[in-house]
Formats: sequence, C-alpha cells, structure tokens
Amino acid sequence: MDRRKSLQTIILGAGAASTGLVFQGCNPEEGPTVEENISKGAEKFFGRTPEELELIDKLNSEQLFNAHEMETIAVLTTVILPPKEPNGGPIEAEVPAFIEFIGKDYPEMQMTLLGGLMWLDHKCNTEFNLEFKSASLEQQKGILDTIAFHDVEVPLEKQPLEIQFFHLMRGLTVTGYYTSKVGIADLGYKGNMPNVWDGVPEDVLEQHGVAYDTDWIAKCVDQSKRGIIAEWDDEGNLLT
Amino acid sequence: MQIKESSEIYDVIIVGSGAGGGMATKQLADAGFNVAVVEAGPFFDPANPEQQTQLKWPYESPRRGASKTRAFGEWDMAYGGWEIEGEPYTHAEGTKFDWFRSHMLGGRTNHWGRISLRFGPKDFKGKTRDGHGEDWPIGYEDIKPYYDKVDKLIGVFGTNEGRENDPDGFFLPPPKPRLHELFYINGAKKSGIPVIPSRMSMLTKKINNDRGTCFYCGQCSRSCSVYADFSAGSCLIFPAQKSGGQVKIFVNSVVREVTTNEEGKATGVSYISKDDRKEYKLKAKVVVLAASACSSARILLNSKSKQHPNGLGNSSNHVGKYLHDSTGASRAGFIPGLMNRKPSYNEDGVGGMHVYSPWWGDNKKLNFPRGYHIEIWGGMGMPNYGFGYSPNEFNKFFDLPVGGYGDSLRDDVKKYYGSVLGFGGRGEAIARKDNYCEIDPTTLDQFGIPVLKFHYKWTDFEINQAKHMQDTFEELLHNMGGEPLGEKPGEESDHGLLTPGRIIHEVGTTRMGNDPKTSVTNKFQQLHDVDNVFIVDAGPFVSQADKNCTWTILALSWRASDFIIEQLKQQNI
Repeated sequence: MDRRKSLQTIILGAGAASTGLVFQGCNPEEGPTVEENISKGAEKFFGRTPEELELIDKLNSEQLFNAHEMETIAVLTTVILPPKEPNGGPIEAEVPAFIEFIGKDYPEMQMTLLGGLMWLDHKCNTEFNLEFKSASLEQQKGILDTIAFHDVEVPLEKQPLEIQFFHLMRGLTVTGYYTSKVGIADLGYKGNMPNVWDGVPEDVLEQHGVAYDTDWIAKCVDQSKRGIIAEWDDEGNLLT
Repeated sequence: MQIKESSEIYDVIIVGSGAGGGMATKQLADAGFNVAVVEAGPFFDPANPEQQTQLKWPYESPRRGASKTRAFGEWDMAYGGWEIEGEPYTHAEGTKFDWFRSHMLGGRTNHWGRISLRFGPKDFKGKTRDGHGEDWPIGYEDIKPYYDKVDKLIGVFGTNEGRENDPDGFFLPPPKPRLHELFYINGAKKSGIPVIPSRMSMLTKKINNDRGTCFYCGQCSRSCSVYADFSAGSCLIFPAQKSGGQVKIFVNSVVREVTTNEEGKATGVSYISKDDRKEYKLKAKVVVLAASACSSARILLNSKSKQHPNGLGNSSNHVGKYLHDSTGASRAGFIPGLMNRKPSYNEDGVGGMHVYSPWWGDNKKLNFPRGYHIEIWGGMGMPNYGFGYSPNEFNKFFDLPVGGYGDSLRDDVKKYYGSVLGFGGRGEAIARKDNYCEIDPTTLDQFGIPVLKFHYKWTDFEINQAKHMQDTFEELLHNMGGEPLGEKPGEESDHGLLTPGRIIHEVGTTRMGNDPKTSVTNKFQQLHDVDNVFIVDAGPFVSQADKNCTWTILALSWRASDFIIEQLKQQNI
C-alpha cells in the first residue's frame, strides 16, 4: 500500500521538471568526419542479404488488406494516436503501410487483424448503421472505449478477440509511429549519430536525484585524450 | 561427381574465421606461413556500404527492425541464428539445446556484446576448489601473458580493481555510467553487491592508426564500420592480409571433414562450395579447426577413416562430450525514479552496458557451486520494432486503468520512455559428460553432411543458481524503488533459466587434458591422436567460468598458434 502511495506522488509530481537545457553531446572540435562519410556511402542500401531482399520483394508484391480495410486502418490508427503539430500522426509515419507489411511478415497476426476490422464495422453498423471509417469521432470512441481497456489479471489470449485486436492494433500503431522519422522527432530521441559520450548532463542528474561519484569518474575516459594512442607501463597503468 | 583437388599445399588450413580462427590467421600469417581460411558464409566487411547496418534508422526498412530474418532484429550483424534453413540439428528425446550459428567472415564476433572478461585463477581449478567438474591442465599463469597481449593488440576498456578472480589487465579507460546505471550502482550498494566498470572491447581511445575510435552510437551488435570494436575480420584477418601475410580466404565453403593419409595424419580438408554445390579438397601440413565448439566436433566426428574409425581425434570417445553453455536468466523492472526523462541528450553510449557486477557470493553458503555476473540494460535507446508496445501497462502500478488511446497514450509513451531497467545473469554451469552432441545417423543437411544430435539437461545446480539470480534481481529492483515487471519466474519454468545454447557461450566438446583417455586435446590444443590437427575455438575449454568466453578463446588461440609456429619451425609436425 505504501509503495503505491509513494508511486502516486512520483507520477503526479514529476511532470513539472521536464523542460531544460539542451546538452551538447558532441565535442565541436572533433566533428564527426570519417564516420559520416562512411555512413553516406551506405545510403542506398539497408544492409540486406540477397535472400532478405528477395523476401521483402515477395511480401511487397502481395496484398493482405483490401482498399476498404486500409482506409479503416488509417482512420483507426489516427484515433489511437491523433496527429500532433509539428510532426504529424500515423499517416505521416506511414503506419498503415507498416501494419500491412507486418501482417504479411507475421501471418499469425492476420486472423486477429482481419477479424478485428470486421468486428469494428459490424459493431458500428449495428449501433449506428455506419461503417467504422465513416462514423463520427464520438461514435468511433464510443466503440473503442469498450475494447481499449483490459483486465491485467487475465492473460490477453484469454480475452475476447476484439480486445486482443485493439491491443495489437494499438501496439502496432505506437511502434510504427515511434519508429518513423516523424515519431522519432516527436519522441525527441537524440542518438544514432556519431558523438562523444561524456556522461549525464548535470540538470538531468539533479532532476533524478543522483550524482557521479568522483572516484569512479576519475577512472573514466578523458575524452580530450581519445585521439592519443594508448601506452601502458608494465603494471597496466595507462600512461597516455 | 569427382572431388576437385587443388595441387597447392598450404602450411596451415584454418576452418572458421571467428575469434579463434581470426587470431590463428593473424599469428600464423604474421609468422610467414601460407594460410588458407575456409569459411562457411560469405565475405563480410562492416565497412562495406552494401552490408552495413550501422547508423540505419528503423524506418529504412519496411519491417522497422523486426526480427523476422535475424534472431536479434534485422540490424544485428549475424547471418544465421538458432535455425538455418537446410541445416538442421536434432535432439535426444526429453533434452534441449538451441544451437546458434553465424556463417560469415568473422563469424559471431560481428554481433556479440563485446564483453571481454579474463578467466581468473580459480576458474582454471574448479575441481580443486569445490570437487565439481575437472581442473584445466593449465593455470592462470600460463594464459596471463596472452591475455596481456590480446588486451594490447585488440583493445578493451575497463579498470584495474585488484579483484582476485577478475584479474586486472591493460585497459583503455571506460565510459561514464548512464543514468539508469547510476540507479543500479546505488541499488547494488544497498545489498553489498559490487559494481565496477564494464570490460568490453570497444576502443574508447586510439590503439593504432588503422582502427577508428568509438563514436558512441551504441550499435556494436551491427559491427563497426570504422573498426572501433573487436570483430575478427576487421581486427585480425584484414590486418594479417595488409601486413603482407599470405592469407587465402575461401568463403561460402562448408567443411565436410578433415582428410587423412595412410599414417592417419591430416592432409587437409574437403569442403562443399555453396556457389556450385560441388565438393573440393584443400591440402595442408597442419589443420586448425576453429569452426565453433559444436561445428568442430561435428567435423571431427564426420572425419572417419580406417585409422580413425570413431572419428578423428576420438579414440577416447570424448569428442562432443562435456558440452556446456553459460546459464542465463533475466528480469526487468519499472523504475519510477527514471520516469519523465528529458530526452535532451544522446544517451546511446557504447553498445551494451557501461557497468556490471562480477560474482560476489560465497558458495559455501549457497546450494550451487560457482557463480554468475550481472549485466544491466536500460536507457533511452533508439526506437525499433516493439518500441512502446504497451506503455500504459505501467499504469497498473499507479492504480490507473490499463489501456486507452489518444493523447494520453502519447503522453504515456513519453512518461515511461527510459524508465525500464533489466538484468541478465550469466553464470557457470558444471561441465557434465552426459551433456553432449553426436552425429545423428539418420539426418543429413542440404550439403549431404550428417548433422548433430544434442543431449543436454540442466541439473539442480543450474536451476538453483537461476533462482538465486531471480531473488537478487527482485532485491535490486526494490532497492532502486522499482517494481518488477511480470510474474517472477518460478519452479515451473526452472526460475527463468534459459534453454541451453541460448546464451551462445557453448564450450567443451573437445576438452583439453593431460590424459588422452579423458580428453581430446593436450594443453596446447593439439589432438592427442593426430599431431597436426589443432582446435582453437571454445571446444577445448574444460569449464566455462562465469565469464564470457571470447577473450579466453583469443588468448588460447594465440598460445596454440605460438606452439604451432614452434613445431612447424622445428619440423616436428
């Protein structure tokens, strides 16, 4: 009980601190040069073997969802994760095409996806005499609210298909969005580029109530010497 | 179909191009010998733009990095996995072993975590220590000079801590801990569990002018295009070629067997070319097997002749026996103190962990011998397939409804990004004769080569160790103010102990020893039965320790190579 109470305090109290300085991860004098050139050379490729490329071509030549289903997916993913300025939403992130590809790549998802889309239209037709994609946002939400929450005590595979469907669709939407260029921008992830890691910025340490131990830091790399070739004495003490 | 035979006689044929084969190639070529390297997979250079996956974004692929064709996601640099089409393996009923293979120049060194730990003095003398298993015929003092040389040649970061069984070395300075690692350090302190900087083979500092220094993209598993991490191709084989060594590489070439003459000595190997599906023979004075523990055992067992009816080097009937993998169990937790993070900085760091916990326990008080180390993961990593799949599951810790959609979902993703921390325990299993691989007489692979059949069961020792890991993980999470995710793995799942083979540290199939009746090689990794065949992968390991095996493979391969050089020069083999 106490643990839950203290957790509540943390969740309610923490949001306020989340603006702050931008950390300069890169040492400006060192400027990534070799690294960037190398990665530019690889721009046309994404590291696939011939066999992997063949599989992708094969999947791309197949169709899983018909036009109506693709439109429904587009609408549904946009309700799940509404677009937000300046980066946009699932459409800008090409989430529908991603879901179509994954559905072909992992055939075990197909029944849940196809059946769930049918269920959505059936439910919407029964209640509002409309297909899901043509219903109002309010009507759509009315239906989704019945399947968007699940009892965590019951394993998902034992829950009704429509709940499993929504869980899968939400997962694919979030994962598809946040693995896209626009989603990564929305998240604010700063990596995947050459830099020089020199520790957690001071303001972040402060926000989370931790500090570096000076003895520990003394043993860590002095980034100003990273370009000097390592030499040791006979005992393994680094001299350079 | 006639087998095509080459007339050239190499000084040495090396089968396999991973850690062991790469080191043997470097040492033997540098010593002036004419070396042929035979590799089952294609040529691979992490700097080749067509093969490179480093610095790719998830959206450059239609599956956004999902692990359909590669076991650790599609950016991981291992061509292969636990299953390879057309190359099956089988199991004895009621036993389990998952066999990971990576067929490419450099083998599994292209994708591994680069955790580079020396075995300590106690690790070589297990039986003396607690009565279990067997002692190695060598001790730490025999291998120490080679560990030192490997540190300097290849580069490894870490710190000298003066710990008896985690020996010091010639280290590059380690990177600073990341935020989740600071939480871990504080949590471990409360339980008296030691935490020290990781020891991994990425160059945090220059060691020569041929290799780049780490630029902290955190993607070592993709193999580094500037050669700032250790991969056998880029750090051993290419330099051996560049320094004028005579190295001929045969790629896409699957070795079937070691060929022998009337006296029973090795004459070379025969292999199937994947390109034309024809069989070829290469000749050499010395054959060095470095195909990985199980593959080398398979080649030996398939090399039957009048002189070696039981398979080459197998007069003891020990080839394939004492197979063992590290134990592994894991758990993750949600750390509220890591919520609401500012993604204002690049937290990639080096690939994998910056800190870890070496084994600390006193086994006299425990119900298992030997120990394990703890690996830590977490942080604000690059989103990939699976990212944010169920962010609102965390709501249950705050008694909030689990599920939903809309703007609250977006907020949940950001609120919880970087707030999960996980552990992997990696421990020592006792080598047992009953755990082994043998040839399955009823199954061939697509090249017509008889396949391996595995027999492997964990014992109570390993299961008890996994339970200890789980208890420790929960304690650490609570120390950090965290909540374990999911149910604690219990007895029904052997406390989360992974299937043998899953940690990909398999060793011991051709163990070394002084007695030819109970071991396959001598202490220089030379077959007792055939003096011109050596094994320089992890096959000769007598025990695995709770350390990752690569640094020891490298040191032992160098040591065996020195012995081969001496023997060839003296014309003893």
